[in-house]
Amino acid sequence: MDLTLSPSEREFRDELRAWLERNHPGAEPAGEDAAFDHRRRWQRQLYDAGYAGFSWPAEYGGRGATLVEQALFGEEMARARAPAPANVLGLVMGGPVVITHGTDEQKERWLKPILTGDEIWCQGFSEPESGSDLASLKTRAVRSNGEWLVTGQKVWTTFAQKAKYCMLVARTDPDVPKHQGLTYFIMDMEQEAVQVRPLHQITGEPEFNELFMEEARVPDGNVVGGVGNGWGVAITTLMNERAGLGASAAATCRITLDELRALAHERGADQDPVLRQRLAQVTIEVELLRLNSWRGLTQIMKKGVPGPEGSLPKWQWAEVNQTLTELAVDVLGEEGVYWGSPWTYRLLRSRANSIEGGTTEILKNIVAERVLGLPRLR
Amino acid sequence: MNFDFSDDQHAIKRTAKELLASRFDAGRIRELAEAARYDDDVWTEVAQLGWPGIFVDEAYGGQGLGTVELIILMEELGHALAPLPFLSNAAAGLVLAAAGSDGQRERWLPGIASGEARGTVGLVRDGEARLVPDADSAEVILLLGHEGATVVEAAAAEVEPVATMDTTRRYARIRAGTGGEPLEGDRIAGLSRAAVAVAAELTGIAQRAMEMAVEYARDRKQFDRPIGAYQAVSHRCAQMLLETEGARSATYYAAWAGDAEPETLPLAACMAKAYASDAGWRVCTSSLQVHGGIGFTWEHDLHFLLKRAKVDALLYGTASEHRDNVAELSASVG
Repeated sequence: MDLTLSPSEREFRDELRAWLERNHPGAEPAGEDAAFDHRRRWQRQLYDAGYAGFSWPAEYGGRGATLVEQALFGEEMARARAPAPANVLGLVMGGPVVITHGTDEQKERWLKPILTGDEIWCQGFSEPESGSDLASLKTRAVRSNGEWLVTGQKVWTTFAQKAKYCMLVARTDPDVPKHQGLTYFIMDMEQEAVQVRPLHQITGEPEFNELFMEEARVPDGNVVGGVGNGWGVAITTLMNERAGLGASAAATCRITLDELRALAHERGADQDPVLRQRLAQVTIEVELLRLNSWRGLTQIMKKGVPGPEGSLPKWQWAEVNQTLTELAVDVLGEEGVYWGSPWTYRLLRSRANSIEGGTTEILKNIVAERVLGLPRLR
Repeated sequence: MNFDFSDDQHAIKRTAKELLASRFDAGRIRELAEAARYDDDVWTEVAQLGWPGIFVDEAYGGQGLGTVELIILMEELGHALAPLPFLSNAAAGLVLAAAGSDGQRERWLPGIASGEARGTVGLVRDGEARLVPDADSAEVILLLGHEGATVVEAAAAEVEPVATMDTTRRYARIRAGTGGEPLEGDRIAGLSRAAVAVAAELTGIAQRAMEMAVEYARDRKQFDRPIGAYQAVSHRCAQMLLETEGARSATYYAAWAGDAEPETLPLAACMAKAYASDAGWRVCTSSLQVHGGIGFTWEHDLHFLLKRAKVDALLYGTASEHRDNVAELSASVG
């Protein structure tokens, strides 16, 4: 057991840290478009320095980073409060899917603009009637004259208004069991038949969108992984959460915790016996998120598969982040509910954490069935 | 970065698990617990294997290994619910090694390491240490209080055995007198390691209680289905895993810090003991709930785990006390 960085890991981290200090793009500007352009420029900077697609194999323009390097990368980005790259979904999900399931032609066409951020990708999975039960989705794709016509509705589509492409799962065969009739498409967003409508959240912001397709056209060459294999391909996407995700989530929570502690100290809340206990408890939970993530990483490196603790970080992160924001608002007291206060926003935004990217209930099902071996209800 | 045991450490874990499982089956634990006594033969056996002195310097007859090796044993002792005076003796060794004078170490550590002249640690509050494990069989008692710390020979101490809910171990209360020698070194380092040792035991207890719940949830049928198929039950089990793994991560990290990064040990130890104290109790109570009525009966073995977990939560600092330290220490590291 050695929980320090090896000399080469340390060298990697120091190099990245120094690069971040020299190249940090500064705080995100106000306004949705300005903020997005900021993130797009940032991705270009990352690309030029060889940090975009960090985990991708080198032959596809990535760095083939080890799991530890990926985790350190996530930690350092969080620590430096660097913005997310504009094309985060392309980098984390789209690229890896094309690399795993795509044809040479598809790789040639799509991978580089994902890396540079010249083409933004969004994800069309969830539908109003299909959330956790994704395989029940109803959006139809029908073959017509050597192409596909897609009709239906998607929801929770981040960056849809900025995106060139949508990773879309649609039903191509309604007559087979639900998991078998799906196909994974890359759909061009720049067509009349695709309409994007902003979806306002409880924070008041339109971070997500609804997507309406009425016979949207997708060429045959944009099917990834073969007709009828959409479920398997989509699962790759969902599983392709970066291995370092837990570590970077922990680093982000650590920053939030530091802000919370500064706030508590400023307001004298750290001397209140009850708040003090709660602060200590959440401090422990932030640390546990970090430790569980690193333990999970060691498991993957040693055994090739995540150990039981590898399935916990997303669930744990949601709880920790919600606890942090609740505590901050309690520390603030009456001012904690003022509209426009950053903590008010974070309190509300954090409620999505236990829903987005797999609800806590679904994650508990996975832990119960696949880790503990309990029987399935269905 | 490597958050896993070495091959040697894995071997220690395997050996401990196998030996304890073969010596302490459920019937034997029950027999000892109901008689409120220990198995002296098993104690002699593990002493011959060098367990009590695993972390003690070779100069004092120990194995000269570290906190990590100690907590590997502790976790398995917890999992087996072993009725042995191990924890108390280890705590005394840890505190003496960290805070004792040369003379005190020479006097007491060899007996602690061999298991032949055991020690224990009591935390003094308002002039009294109210929950001291194995004080009735220890040769040396370390009394640690806000005012100071003393090393007391058992014969000179006022030891009054008390019955607690945990009959897998023996406890006593001790009135802190004026006798004994002062213990002048840094006892935080020793007490931190002792706290990590209990956290490891709690991790093992939680693991066992979770395993029992999962097994029961697979087998027990109600409304024609195994109860583990119902999310009200299966999610409860998933929560047990989350808390058990959290206690384990915190404990392993703190133990590693104890050996490799002593400056981070006090904070890491407080985190581990605070979290494991709560997790141990919660996982056991949750397991009892999964078991339903049978889990509430004396004839079922779960209550022995539950009770040890509750008492462990109070040993070497409660969760609240450790959280208070976390607030203090993490403010200073910033």
